Amino acid sequence: MSVIKVKNLSKIFGKKTKEAQSLLDKGFKKEEILEKTGCTVGVNRASFEVEEGEVFVIMGLSGSGKSTLVRLLNRLIDPTEGDVEVGGENLAKVGKETLRKVRREKMSMVFQKFALFPFRTVLENAEFGLEIQGIKKEERAKKAKEALELVGLGSFIQQHPNQLSGGMQQRVGLARALANDPEVLLMDEAFSALDPLIRKDMQDELLDLQQTMKKTIIFITHDLDEALRIGDRIALMKDGSIVQIGTPEEILVSPADDYVERFVEDVDRSKVLTASHIMKRPETVDIEKHGPRVAIERIREQGLSSIYVVDRSRQLKGYVTADDVKKARENEEKDLHSILRTDMPTAELESPIHEIFEIIHDAPVPVAVVEDGKLKGIIVRGAVIAALANGNGVTENA
Amino acid sequence: MLDFMPQIPVAEWINRTVSKTKEKFEFIFDPIKEDFGKFVETTADWLSQVPPLIVILIVAIIAFFVSGKKFGLAVFSIVGLWFIYNQGLWEELMYTFTLVLFASLISILIGIPAGIWMSKSKWAQTIITPILDFMQTMPAFVYLIPAVVFFGIGMVPGIFASVVFATPPVVRFTNLGIRQVSDELVEASDAFGTTGSQKLFKVELPMARKTIMAGVNQTVMLALSMVVIASMIGAPGLGDKVLTALQRSQEGPGFVAGFGIVILAIIIDRVSQNLNKG
Repeated sequence: MSVIKVKNLSKIFGKKTKEAQSLLDKGFKKEEILEKTGCTVGVNRASFEVEEGEVFVIMGLSGSGKSTLVRLLNRLIDPTEGDVEVGGENLAKVGKETLRKVRREKMSMVFQKFALFPFRTVLENAEFGLEIQGIKKEERAKKAKEALELVGLGSFIQQHPNQLSGGMQQRVGLARALANDPEVLLMDEAFSALDPLIRKDMQDELLDLQQTMKKTIIFITHDLDEALRIGDRIALMKDGSIVQIGTPEEILVSPADDYVERFVEDVDRSKVLTASHIMKRPETVDIEKHGPRVAIERIREQGLSSIYVVDRSRQLKGYVTADDVKKARENEEKDLHSILRTDMPTAELESPIHEIFEIIHDAPVPVAVVEDGKLKGIIVRGAVIAALANGNGVTENA
Repeated sequence: MLDFMPQIPVAEWINRTVSKTKEKFEFIFDPIKEDFGKFVETTADWLSQVPPLIVILIVAIIAFFVSGKKFGLAVFSIVGLWFIYNQGLWEELMYTFTLVLFASLISILIGIPAGIWMSKSKWAQTIITPILDFMQTMPAFVYLIPAVVFFGIGMVPGIFASVVFATPPVVRFTNLGIRQVSDELVEASDAFGTTGSQKLFKVELPMARKTIMAGVNQTVMLALSMVVIASMIGAPGLGDKVLTALQRSQEGPGFVAGFGIVILAIIIDRVSQNLNKG
């Protein structure tokens, strides 16, 4: 079920917005409109839907309109045209009273520079949204404490924001937003002001929290790595327009146009691509039906030095090497049990490439990719290197 | 060449406006003159009757606590106030203090709401700014004239003139303080669904507090300086002593009364500045 539906949402800054809007509808570009009308197109007819419990990332470079877009969602900026439906209500059209209610109960926002109130303690900051709703002191303190516990700040509640580090301040910002128990969390470059290590910790923590909270999160960032790490889906923005919406894989593997492609060129692919992208269909023998004879045949056919062994339901049992199979055949053994080896490297379907890279270099056999114990594929060294080197290798193998 | 027109009777117009205003609003001015005048006088009398030792101790204790439990200001207050008492100016000091107190309170009560209004409305800012400029650049003595027309002579016209002269800083600083609240904090407040007054009282005014207090400090100091000038229209107190000394060219008593004003100014300034730090 989609929680937020955005349809043809536009924001034009300037005086002649009507004229600019009609030029925009005729397909003129941002620069042309600026030249003709003096108006700046902030957001150009954006449309998307965000599902319940989804982490939806809006990413783009500075000036791409992403911060404007998120402010159109809770109407900190009034849209020029278009609809924002949240829980059946079109926020672009509602009156002040309803808007206030939605902001108080359904949507909370986390800000890039934290935007904490310096004259309030950490607890009072976290209480802010509840206080605004007129909730009693004891109750709001209780809820705010819970939110602060959640982000790991339970013992700092009496401090003032300026006594905390940047990472901790943003946790307060997050707790303040969570204390309201909103359906939607708007995070505007929430981690961009933090240094890289802290940023990574915060991303992990957000993902951990999300496992239990299942909030709908709209996350704005200019950092593609961050987008790929935390986004279930990503919307890429350029010059106020959404260029592509898709899962991280879709964006990486099939970029919609040159702009997206150039964008994703620099990505550290090892963090994004997973085992499932680069594995091949494996050659196997069935331990219940096949003996050394079949095994040696398949090994020869494919020019391998070893082969994976499974049972009838494709559960991975181990592997046998060509040398062992030859000896077993000479000794006229009937099955493979005696020569079965189990020291193979394994990976999950979702394992990122950089993990596979670490285990593959001194492994005697290709990496086995398993899901619930079933062999799904194998990864050879060449595939990892190809994937790290360029995108084309990936698509071929995937 | 320049005489193409006879003199424009501006002075005449102002005269007429002022006397018309007096006629029309007598029903307001008269009760202010009578009742408020009595109230101020009673307060001053009451203050003069409190034993000086108790006043000195109270001021010293306040000074001690607002300056973060340091002795400097407290000791200065004790010595300074004792000096004024010693010079036989205690009653004058109490009158001057009363005038400053009322003038400041009224200025702040008018000034802070005006500043808030200015910060919220571009239109209000456009109108109020030149009025404030006018109020501050017009020589302070000029206000004494309509003050006398409206309220006769005594403490009330003194307070009236002081309020006109002392209000601008607190208006300006309140406006500035609220406008300086960062956009992000205003956005944060809006994003959590604050109403206009919630935003004002829970975010903007607390954020602007220090700036507003700086304005209050300025206003109090201006009120003090005006109270001295107001002695020319019969406001009693230390200023009156200075004026008398001037008229009789007695430099000794003139300076002594002047010292009294300086001591009062320093105590009020330091106490109100320290309040701001806390």
